[in-house]
Amino acid sequence: MSTRQNLQNLQGNHACALAAIHAGCRFYAGYPITPSSEIAETMSAELPKVDGLFIQMEDEIASMGAIIGASAGGAKVMTATSGPGFSLKQENLGYAALTEIPSVIVNVMRGGPSTGMPTRPAQGDIMQARWGTHGDHPTIALTPWSVEEVYAETIRAFNLAELLRTPVIILFDEVIGHLVETVDLARFENPDITDRKWADGKIEGFRPYADPGDGVPAMARPGDGRRVHTTGLSHGEDGFPTQDAELVAQFMARLLGKIETHRKEIERVDIRSCDDADVVIVAYGITARAAYRAVETLRQRGVKAGLFRPVTLWPFPEDAFKKVAERARLVLVPEMNAGQLILEIERLVSGKTRVAGVNLYFGDPITPQQIVETAEAELKQ
Amino acid sequence: MSDVAQNQFNIREYIRENLFPHFMCPGCGHGIALRALLNAVHDLGIDKNQLAIVSGIGCSGRVGAYIDANTFHTTHGRPLAFATGLKLARPDLEVIVITGDGDCLAIGGNHLIHACRRNLNLTCLMLNNEVYGMTGGQVSPTTSADRFTTTTQYGNHEPIFDACKLAEGAGAGFVGREMTLQTPALRDLIKEAIAHDGFSFIEVLSDCTEIFGRKNDMGESAEMVLAQKADFRSVSYGTEIGETFKPRGMKTGVLLRDDRPEYAMAYKRHNEKKLKQ
Repeated sequence: MSTRQNLQNLQGNHACALAAIHAGCRFYAGYPITPSSEIAETMSAELPKVDGLFIQMEDEIASMGAIIGASAGGAKVMTATSGPGFSLKQENLGYAALTEIPSVIVNVMRGGPSTGMPTRPAQGDIMQARWGTHGDHPTIALTPWSVEEVYAETIRAFNLAELLRTPVIILFDEVIGHLVETVDLARFENPDITDRKWADGKIEGFRPYADPGDGVPAMARPGDGRRVHTTGLSHGEDGFPTQDAELVAQFMARLLGKIETHRKEIERVDIRSCDDADVVIVAYGITARAAYRAVETLRQRGVKAGLFRPVTLWPFPEDAFKKVAERARLVLVPEMNAGQLILEIERLVSGKTRVAGVNLYFGDPITPQQIVETAEAELKQ
Repeated sequence: MSDVAQNQFNIREYIRENLFPHFMCPGCGHGIALRALLNAVHDLGIDKNQLAIVSGIGCSGRVGAYIDANTFHTTHGRPLAFATGLKLARPDLEVIVITGDGDCLAIGGNHLIHACRRNLNLTCLMLNNEVYGMTGGQVSPTTSADRFTTTTQYGNHEPIFDACKLAEGAGAGFVGREMTLQTPALRDLIKEAIAHDGFSFIEVLSDCTEIFGRKNDMGESAEMVLAQKADFRSVSYGTEIGETFKPRGMKTGVLLRDDRPEYAMAYKRHNEKKLKQ
């Protein structure tokens, strides 16, 4: 292994754009929105250098539509936005999920609801990422906590999108988006890159949505002679609309099932000091950094605390969490929202462990001190 | 077989017969528009493996599925956004958008004006039947004055959109209008639109006999299209014919042709030049 380093000072948004290109992204469509605009700006500069295409569309809806179209044509694609734009993208995001068109959507979270606080961090779009588009649909959402992890998770987002033929959401907050940190790019010199599985073999009788066994059908490439139909209507294995309950049931089982059967590839967790922890703090994004400092402070004060950090937020790494929660007396969930991930945590502990939130969502990041104070107060009860 | 016979247009080579019977209502003009499009595709010698049809939602949106090509039935109002991405990523494909008056002018209006402005090499066929047929016959941006629909129970009081004027104003490279009654003229117009290097917009005057016609006592399909014939006139007549011949004052035929630079070529050239500097 080489010990050579390639240290760069990068902003979170900048790292996201560079990693996307590194992962093979060659088409980006976007619309200006704070605090994600630097991603579009970097793409606008970098994509033409690698023979890629950048386009600023007329609105958020169009940029989501354009990336799906480009991906259907075979390109690796990305768009980035923030709360209001994420709301507008939801319909086409559902289309990408149902038609199984790989795509990467970045949401740099800011204060909400509505226009909220455009330049302030928040984590209020957690449940929107899971359930924002209508109907039951698969969701993958990743939540990096550092600039270096933004780089790593962006590459992983592309790999998962291509592997599973599904939209992948990268969720970070304004702080991570604008944070400048040193990243060792040498770490990413030869990353594992997953390319899409394209249909080959016999054209006659090709069924574009038949399950090859792993739940992810190979995609027909326009121009390959297969001439398939792609629709947002519920469809059978042949790709054509159907309202046959049995066919729809079969389709939905595969669509939702492909996420479940690939949890091993999708889930990433960062567990620190949880082996003997009485207090498990569950946190993601910038809040997890405060939580990790809180863990250290609590340990110094004699409280056995640990951090459970889901890098993959959706699907939530249930088994890994249950394992660390089993022996805990208290599970603490600090988040910059009124209490969103805590609902999932409460569901998973099923009343067996005490669960408390630290919910501050007024424009400032949560501090380690606030988490420590809540942990100590909760332990006294 | 002679060359002529071999080159004759046979619609069965271009449609997915396994999906028949189709679901369009008796008298609907969309099937005629579909035939005219496929005839144009045939005449231009476009390989159906390289043909991509992108449609939105509504009656027009369902037409694409019957074409034996790479077909994309996308979301309501968004086919132009989707097609923009597809064409940019795959310039080798012939990308044709099929949309409707509601899909293109109401929910998708913003995408239309910007597609015109960019002038990317796409062909957009807007099938105008003056109504939201799929959802039960609600008023659309092109429903004529005083017409009854399920959401204009006392007659339509809103002014209509002139889609072609809109496309011209927004910068489309090619703009035309034709009615389904004039099938050969429609076919030839579509051929010109596809061949044009830039964004081509065609308004196809279709008819909704079953829902719109019935609600307004407009008679059978033949009566409806004949009434259309009285309403519209070809640009080839020039400007001398008086107002009495054109109650809606709309022209058919090629309305605009502008050879300004096509988007993808302009993008490539521009960036290559700047990156070399």
